[in-house]
Amino acid sequence: MQAHQRMLDPTPDGLHSGESPLLQTVGLTKRYGDFLANDSIDIEIWPKEIHALLGENGAGKSTLVKAIYGLIQPSAGEIRWQGERIALSGPSEARSRGIGMVFQHFSLFDNLTVAENVALGLDGKESFKDMSARLEQVSKTYGLPLDPKREVWQLSVGERQRIEIVRALMQDPKFLILDEPTAVLTPQEADQLFVVLERLKAEGRAILYISHKLEEVKRLCDTATILRGGKKIQTCNPRRETAASLARMMVGGEIREVKAAAGRQTTIPRLVVNDLSLAPDEPHGVRLEHISFELKGGEILGIAGVAGNGQDELFAALSGERLAKDPGTVVIEGIAAGHLSITKRRKLGAAFVPEERLGHGTAPRMKLSENALLTGHAASGMVNRGFIDTAATLDTVDKATETFDVRKAKRDPEAASLSGGNLQKFIVGREILRNPAVLVVSQPTWGVDAGAAAVIRQALLDLATAGAAVLVTSQDLDELAEIADRIAVMFHGRLSEPLATRDATREKLGLLMGGSSLEPKEAAHAAGA
Amino acid sequence: MQLVLEKRAERSNTIALVSPLIAIGLTIVTMTILFAIIGKNPLLALHAYFIAPLTDGYSLQEIAVKATPLVMIAIGLSLCYLANAWNIGAEGQFLIGAVAGSWIAVKTQGTDAGVWVLPAMLVLAAAAGALYALIPAICKVKFGASEILTSLMLVYVADLLLDYLVRGPWRDPNGFNFPTTAEFDPVATVPLLIEGGRLHLGSIIALLVVASAAILLGRTIKGFEIRVVGAAPRAARFGGFNANQLIILTFAVSGALAGLAGIIEVAGPVGHLQPGISPGYGFTAIIVAFLGRLNPIGILIAGLFLALTFIGGEQAQIAMKIPLDVTKVFQGILLFYVLACDSLILYRFKLVFPNRQVARGAG
Repeated sequence: MQAHQRMLDPTPDGLHSGESPLLQTVGLTKRYGDFLANDSIDIEIWPKEIHALLGENGAGKSTLVKAIYGLIQPSAGEIRWQGERIALSGPSEARSRGIGMVFQHFSLFDNLTVAENVALGLDGKESFKDMSARLEQVSKTYGLPLDPKREVWQLSVGERQRIEIVRALMQDPKFLILDEPTAVLTPQEADQLFVVLERLKAEGRAILYISHKLEEVKRLCDTATILRGGKKIQTCNPRRETAASLARMMVGGEIREVKAAAGRQTTIPRLVVNDLSLAPDEPHGVRLEHISFELKGGEILGIAGVAGNGQDELFAALSGERLAKDPGTVVIEGIAAGHLSITKRRKLGAAFVPEERLGHGTAPRMKLSENALLTGHAASGMVNRGFIDTAATLDTVDKATETFDVRKAKRDPEAASLSGGNLQKFIVGREILRNPAVLVVSQPTWGVDAGAAAVIRQALLDLATAGAAVLVTSQDLDELAEIADRIAVMFHGRLSEPLATRDATREKLGLLMGGSSLEPKEAAHAAGA
Repeated sequence: MQLVLEKRAERSNTIALVSPLIAIGLTIVTMTILFAIIGKNPLLALHAYFIAPLTDGYSLQEIAVKATPLVMIAIGLSLCYLANAWNIGAEGQFLIGAVAGSWIAVKTQGTDAGVWVLPAMLVLAAAAGALYALIPAICKVKFGASEILTSLMLVYVADLLLDYLVRGPWRDPNGFNFPTTAEFDPVATVPLLIEGGRLHLGSIIALLVVASAAILLGRTIKGFEIRVVGAAPRAARFGGFNANQLIILTFAVSGALAGLAGIIEVAGPVGHLQPGISPGYGFTAIIVAFLGRLNPIGILIAGLFLALTFIGGEQAQIAMKIPLDVTKVFQGILLFYVLACDSLILYRFKLVFPNRQVARGAG
């Protein structure tokens, strides 16, 4: 039925290069115990198509692509490849049939070269020399420049992603799956990626494109399939939809609009950083250089930048996971805190939300109540003469659950069992419930669905309205534009002067993210230094 | 068809409890085969190992006596292991505790020293065990030396020190040149619980240690710190917990408990210092700690079980001429199976049929 419609649909090229879809799932179902991660999903992917897969976290997107890539076995239903029913034994069979995948989290060895990393990911038996030559040729052909001899740790995130894409392309796939590829790119880098994807499409390949960024999907994709709660909701042409209508299909209702309170008052400086420099503590870390800013109560300062430019190091220095020699470099609530431990900084009224939810923000295999204690033991009355007040820790879990709509299977599950969005709501909630004077947040909505992201952004705005100083590090420029009052950019361990958000255009931010200066005066200064 | 390990969504608490039992079952099956291979009747051998010791009062007391050092050491080790600090040298800390405590007993021998002698011995033994354990801990924190190697190597140092003392300066002048000190005075001896029996005050101390550890781990922030540092080091640092301080602390505590167990053994069941005071308690306690799920109550049960294998091993040697070393084989196989079964807590077995079509309909 749908196939017919697709055939009649006037596509730019006017025809599909085959009578049956390249890949099709029929009633694909994946069951984990009682939980249906995928409930009878039908999806068709045609050659020369960029097909978006949209859905909130936990909607079943990853389960579906894992089944298509052979990482998991479906419980029921079938996968058809070029009209023929297949059962994949694993990713290597998927690759040999022409299915490639680029994961959101790279699997690269920092201390190996680009060519060595690519060689490790290939199943073929060609010699290293031939492979290197082919690598250079593929990367040139597609405009994905890579030096095969460089070691991965020297490369930017965008370049690392190129390795993953080139590695997938070297298998000459007919069908490529990309999981949130633009999450780590500057706007300019994303534009370059889209050119590559258009070219792959023109060559007759199909692409399954997982993303949360609806504008991007509208711009790039020919077809979009929306999943919700493990079921397919609709397959549509995203160009004929609005971002709002796509979001409604994903969420199954209206998304709460994030609203800043009018006339927010800024008060006294609550977080001041004075000429903070810090050598990296690991071989491939970034050196922080002369970072200074002042953040007042009632204000949200956004820090933009491509990952790996010192954001992690800055977070560690602000939180006290790494100590500065000079106490005056970090001042919290008027008190020099550069030399104080994270616990002491929490006692001064600071709260922190790191980027990694599992393993950094929470202990994955511990219960939520224990994870409430993880940061709450410092100053939230959860500990009485060394003894844990279990009721108080559970109370924090309940309050966070209620206030921030954390969805979970039971009252106090392990952190690892929550979906990314729900765990992030819990972590942000845990910190906000402590009424912090200063909140330092890293990537608050990284990999989080639209609904949860809206809840978290609203919570940050409300906290600022209530008088707290909020520092948000994010790679999502739309997010910073939505909530921040001022935006600064991090590049190679340096922080630019903050721009008022209304002056911070994507072009200006993109230039700063790429290391260019906005003012010639600054450029001259940098050259002289 | 292919057997694969699949990660579970959440750790299975059922398996966490059942895994030691599966391991014991597999060990018994393996031992049965082993007994058959060395030409002993497996049923009789298993009876001698596991049933006979439970049938008379003397053996039951002896099990408690043997379990006492095992449990005390294993509790200390479990704190280390939970915190991801690998103290393998409890045997050495046990011996150093025995030596240090015995020093007071030897020096007060034949004097009219009062009741302070035994408490002083216990305190000194614990302090010595702790200090001895701090050597690998500090090497680890300061220089990054593997605590597994350093703590293990220090066992042999302690062993040779004990050997030197009982053959040299502390040898009993009336002991016919045997390498042993004189019998300790009554004030330097751990009192018996039952007159004429074997059970001594040390077992009560071991029970107190178990209870304290249960409270520490279950109720206190320090116990939480130990668990979180081991389970998620980066999250622990974010929580404000210092992993290096914890390595020092857990090594010190486990060294103190091993040292205490050492002097209790010497001043209790043995009565004097001599080589061979430990049949490998410090190593067997590693098995006890894991078999007991690094949980204090579990360790108490596992300690009693491993003590049973010691007593059963002796009985099997007397009754059936099965070499005593078979007990060590038994304990080694047991540890192997416990660690293997533990992977089922986070993983499960699954049959995969790669070349057949997946089952249709609701599964």
